[in-house]
Amino acid sequence: MKIIALNGQLGYGFTEEAFREGMARGPDVLGVDGGSTDGGPYYLGEGRPMVSRQAVRRDLSYALPAAVQRGIPLIIGSAGTGGGAPHVAWTRAIIEELAAEHGLRFRMAVIGAEIPAAEVLAALDERRVRPAQVGVPPLTPAAVHRATRIVGQMGVGPFMEALDRGADVVLAGRACDTAIFASPAIRAGYPTGLAYHMAKIAECGAHCAVPGIGADCLWVELAQDHFIVEPLHPEKYCTPVSTAAHSLYEQADPFMVQEPEGVVDVSAARFEALDWRTVRVSGSRFTPVSGRPTIKLEGAARVGFRAITVAAARDPAFICEVDGIVDRVKELVAGNLRGRLPEGSWSLRFRMLGRDAIMGEREPLRHRLPHELGLVVEALADSQDAADAVVALARSTLLHAGYPGRKATAGNLALPYSPADIPLGPAYEFVVYHLMELEDAASPFPVELVDVGGAA
Amino acid sequence: MSRLVDLAAVLRSKNAGPFLVTLDLLFEDDVTYRRVRDSGVLDPARIGALYGVPAEAVRVIPFDVARAIKVTLPRAHSAGSPADTDVYGAQQHGPLLELEVPE
Repeated sequence: MKIIALNGQLGYGFTEEAFREGMARGPDVLGVDGGSTDGGPYYLGEGRPMVSRQAVRRDLSYALPAAVQRGIPLIIGSAGTGGGAPHVAWTRAIIEELAAEHGLRFRMAVIGAEIPAAEVLAALDERRVRPAQVGVPPLTPAAVHRATRIVGQMGVGPFMEALDRGADVVLAGRACDTAIFASPAIRAGYPTGLAYHMAKIAECGAHCAVPGIGADCLWVELAQDHFIVEPLHPEKYCTPVSTAAHSLYEQADPFMVQEPEGVVDVSAARFEALDWRTVRVSGSRFTPVSGRPTIKLEGAARVGFRAITVAAARDPAFICEVDGIVDRVKELVAGNLRGRLPEGSWSLRFRMLGRDAIMGEREPLRHRLPHELGLVVEALADSQDAADAVVALARSTLLHAGYPGRKATAGNLALPYSPADIPLGPAYEFVVYHLMELEDAASPFPVELVDVGGAA
Repeated sequence: MSRLVDLAAVLRSKNAGPFLVTLDLLFEDDVTYRRVRDSGVLDPARIGALYGVPAEAVRVIPFDVARAIKVTLPRAHSAGSPADTDVYGAQQHGPLLELEVPE
């Protein structure tokens, strides 16, 4: 089976050169992962995609006409980043627009991935829910209610049903990354372990190649006892190391990949160079789950609204004294806001770029003072107006704060922008990241079929 | 002595889900891989101390077939939560770079 993975995420782009090369080779399936939790909780929580409409439209403007005209399926999973109802609807609108523009007629399966809170609460009540990984607290009813929506990662079942029912295009909400590419392969009778391992590599596009940028097409050929991977751009190449490295990518355990229906064991996988740019992979195994299948649930809750100011400092005395200065700024801001904003309804944070913004107190080099310090002043509050007000006050206070030894008395900060203060909108955090046991892994994901294009 | 950054072909960090960060080290040849794997340099107590987590929370997993060592540990804050500093967890590998490995 010959497969093109368009790229690592729909909307990341790919070169036309790689796409044309891939289509010239006669693929059986086009697939692309549309989302992930990588970018954080905002996209799922707010119901918005992480990629622009223009970028997704661009990628689909190649893939959709090519797939439909050749009569090969186009499979999209985790549409619109979050894979919830608004994300799927957003992607569907782009597909329908392109269909009209190109005069395409096809059958599309739309598979939702949102799971009603009531269903999750019932599962919780019946002790069928557990944390998806170490470090996740047990799920509570409060967390279920706080989440703006809950999606489940669908496995291969709904995709296979869609293909069985004649879908030319499969538009799915949140899905296991692997389900997108494993489903046509398992449906065609390829060994499950190989199909899943192949799918795990394919879903990131050309990320397994050198240079390791996912934003390009990957060619995959699956056989009964191995699969090969090759980047479609002629200047890129896969090596055994780059491909093996990919199998570890974003996984807590390099040997076992958990799927709803079982575990993929890649511990005995072999990666061999067929030539300077093509890698042959074999040895991947699959063990079906012994009990009930599980679906991974994801949900995000809003924690407030944020506003930031981005600034920089060049004065050595300021940079040296900045922690004390910031403490004083926080006191002054708190004093100003006392009785005007409720206590505990707002907070201020200062990120010091160039010093310890990434690792905080764990940064081994945080005492090495840079000649230039970036500062992000950040306010979190119950409303956007409050966050805006807090950050504006913090920014003006910090800009003019005095400190011992100060000579640069005109202003402490270089502000790159006017307006200096940037409203960031709602802030979210993940509150659901749990496994739910159920009888039938496909049951939360009904497949809806739509005929796009209609009568001429 | 050699630094890990000079021995590893790949040395990276990334989220493994929103609550864990995973660090991957890959090596181009078996000799270097085994040298690092068997050196004891990547042990949970040392890594825990570098990252401010208990040793019991650190998993170090050698993956011989891929000449890789994977280290997984809990994030200080879940990805993208207000206190988080690195949504993708892609820049958490700094403390490993300078670790010294004996010949």
